[in-house]
Amino acid sequence: MSTRPTPRVRVPGNIKAGDIVEVKTLIAHEMESGQRRGSDGKPVPRRIINRFTATFNGKPVFEAEWHPAISANPYQSFFFKPTENGELKMVWKDDDGAEYTATNRITVS
Amino acid sequence: MAGPHAPRTRRAVLRLAALAAAAAVIGPDLARADAKAVEAELKKLFDGKTMAEGRVKLDVPQIAENGLVVPITVEVESPMTEQDYVKAVHVFADGNPLPGVLSFKFSPAAGRASASTRMRLAQTQNIIAVAEMSNGALFTAKAEVKVTIGGCGG
Repeated sequence: MSTRPTPRVRVPGNIKAGDIVEVKTLIAHEMESGQRRGSDGKPVPRRIINRFTATFNGKPVFEAEWHPAISANPYQSFFFKPTENGELKMVWKDDDGAEYTATNRITVS
Repeated sequence: MAGPHAPRTRRAVLRLAALAAAAAVIGPDLARADAKAVEAELKKLFDGKTMAEGRVKLDVPQIAENGLVVPITVEVESPMTEQDYVKAVHVFADGNPLPGVLSFKFSPAAGRASASTRMRLAQTQNIIAVAEMSNGALFTAKAEVKVTIGGCGG
């Protein structure tokens, strides 16, 4: 891939204490399954994002382990119940060891 | 006009019928080729523990036109408290080259054990979800997705 994948995250604004909010994420990535043959007939090596983690103030909220069956440009949504102000950190881990990160400041009213 | 055409049509119809019959025989076998792989995977993860039906809501389309992008939402009924929450959900597909699709891990801080993503399906097949509760109980759900164009190869 020529460009570094940039994650996009959407967290609803105006969160009240006790609310359960849905966080939606999207990241551009080919998610090469390793099951495909290239035009030269040789298998294309697998390269996917294999793990997505979301933590809030360092504590785990949600984690997804992705197998090659996950579509290209993977979308992931999850729920989150913030009880205090803090930082929601999301990390996508690539097969090649690279990590892509996004952080969102959460303010609870 | 209809006369000379009739036998050919009938032959074509018969040939189609024969093909359909063959597909009916081969089809389910192919689709189940990986059901064993799913079973093996489940055995590896849960060591033959009993699974109850229910509490897991597996939301997938009945018909997926494009096997490359099939939306999936899994939701598990749970109060999501420190004492009683959903630890994980594992999803398998029995007609893909590899049986594993994903594993979601939840924590009580999630508030709700629900998550959505998109998956690739090679052909019409069953999707199996298994939820692991904090007390060790297992719940499962299954749904069939009919795939018009498979999301494999290329």
